[in-house]
Amino acid sequence: MPDGSEKLTGKARYSAGVLEYKKMGYWEPDYEPKDTDIISLFRITPQDGVDPVEAAAAVAGESSTATWTVVWTDRLTASEKYRAKAYRVDPVPNSPGQYFAYIAYDLDLFEPGSIANLTASIIGNVFGFKPLKALRLEDMRLPVAYVKTFQGPATGIVVERERLNCFGRPLLGATVKPKLGLSGRNYGRVVYEALKGGLDFTKDDENINSQPFMHWRDRFLYCMEAVNKASAATGEVKGTYLNVTAGTMEEMYKRAEFAKDLGSVIVMIDLVIGYTAIQSMANWARDNDMILHLHRAGHSTYTRQRNHGVSFRVIAKWMRLSGVDHIHAGTVVGKLEGDPATTKGFYDIMREEYNPQSLETGIFFDQDWASLNKLMPVASGGIHAGQMHQLINYLGEDVVLQFGGGTIGHPGGIQAGAEANRVALEAMIYARNAGDDYVQNGPEILARAAKNCTPLKQALDTWKGVSFNYESTDAPDFVVTPTTS
Amino acid sequence: MKLRQGAFSYLPDLDDSQIHTQVQYCIDQGWAVSVEYTDDPHPRNTYWEMWGHPMFDNPDAAAVVYEINECRKQFGDHYIRVLAFDSTHGWESIRFSFIVNRPKEEPGFHVTREEIKGRSMRYTINSYAAKNPEGKRY
Repeated sequence: MPDGSEKLTGKARYSAGVLEYKKMGYWEPDYEPKDTDIISLFRITPQDGVDPVEAAAAVAGESSTATWTVVWTDRLTASEKYRAKAYRVDPVPNSPGQYFAYIAYDLDLFEPGSIANLTASIIGNVFGFKPLKALRLEDMRLPVAYVKTFQGPATGIVVERERLNCFGRPLLGATVKPKLGLSGRNYGRVVYEALKGGLDFTKDDENINSQPFMHWRDRFLYCMEAVNKASAATGEVKGTYLNVTAGTMEEMYKRAEFAKDLGSVIVMIDLVIGYTAIQSMANWARDNDMILHLHRAGHSTYTRQRNHGVSFRVIAKWMRLSGVDHIHAGTVVGKLEGDPATTKGFYDIMREEYNPQSLETGIFFDQDWASLNKLMPVASGGIHAGQMHQLINYLGEDVVLQFGGGTIGHPGGIQAGAEANRVALEAMIYARNAGDDYVQNGPEILARAAKNCTPLKQALDTWKGVSFNYESTDAPDFVVTPTTS
Repeated sequence: MKLRQGAFSYLPDLDDSQIHTQVQYCIDQGWAVSVEYTDDPHPRNTYWEMWGHPMFDNPDAAAVVYEINECRKQFGDHYIRVLAFDSTHGWESIRFSFIVNRPKEEPGFHVTREEIKGRSMRYTINSYAAKNPEGKRY
């Protein structure tokens, strides 16, 4: 469908009045993106009767230099360079009325090292633009020149493992439940039991900050008592994600400093604090030898629906640049949204040094991470020991598996729940390394391990057959069929 | 108290043939396997003593199992662990680790609390065994 450039030049271009965006220079079908360009892939759904090419050009315009009418002041600038260029528009397979629009942006449009600046352009005004019914940012190609302006994960997977002295198996965690209402003293009890039983981490939930039932200092003090007692009881390094999310940066820094003074290896923030606050906390974490956990609170408001919003793969890229060390990224088998192929795409973005284009996992561009640290994905929500073989198969070994209900809801108690998870994990890693077909034989491997471990037997009996099989709302479009008519 | 470090500390202790399967897995990944021992198992005691260098060009797990047994002859009352080093760019660190020998008695650790600044606390973890000089701990 892409026709040739309809760009006007000279007087015709700059006469006062309104021009179509594609005539203003925001549609360049022959444009070859430069290695230093930032490229965005949008899924656009134009209003009825709106030409998809004009819609793509409008998105390019509104996310870069354009306004609704011609302005002569463009001629005071190198405006050709600063205009984003839509250069390709493809129909989305099996989705009538939707198009993939590829748009290239010159590197000079963006401030180095600022996600706030990047997003103010790319997802700024344009998402409310009237000629579009819906708009979704599906993926971005971030040039090395831009990637290198970011710190990246404060600690990274390798150094996190070195600090924890834990290699070759997924880390284990649990979120303290109930998420609201426990006193500090009772809360620390859950932390102690779970860590002593065999987990590496426990976790505050996203909305645990400083409330009437438990103020933050109490939580931190009791949690660190629990962490140190559990560490002595097992001889392992243990941690608990102390959530320092608060209303201001000053308050977050204060809480993070207190966590550091108490010897915590990790602190936590929520995605809702915003990109700038996340980058600030990542810098703080790098300066203070702290692992930084990010809970992606709020993301489903804009990531879940396929026709509008921002794909989580883009959020994952922004978070790897921003510098967090952990981020929740889906479980495939648990209670929250997550198609296997799409989830693999997210995990690859976090953990690989280089992502080749892979349409079947939703990755539209080759992406070089330029030796930025790797980001540890966290799988949390409705998972249990009986799924261990599936979890390792889908998610690999550099992941934190978080069994909240699957630890605390164990019939034999929290320690027993933690032990069940740890034994299931170790037995499965052993079997995988020993060459067993662990995916196929997972249930037998677990049953065998349960012979030496009553808590695992109880866990398997309690949650036998619990699964969450619902259709995903966010699956890849599989194959893109380019058209040239 | 059972020291829970390493990948398999919640399973029954591995016998030599089981150790062989895990070491061979590491070798097959292209990792160099080494053996280390200590009588100071503090969770942050990073540098255990090296029983020789990592075995860089060794294709056979049997050679590692042999070295483990040689190490056991001399340090049977110590902790002994296997480590696998991955030199791939982007990792360049340890990829796998598990304990292959333990002292008969494992007295464990105690927490020392120092009350500071009001309700704040400074914690230290100490090994009961490491109070004694090296070599006289287990």
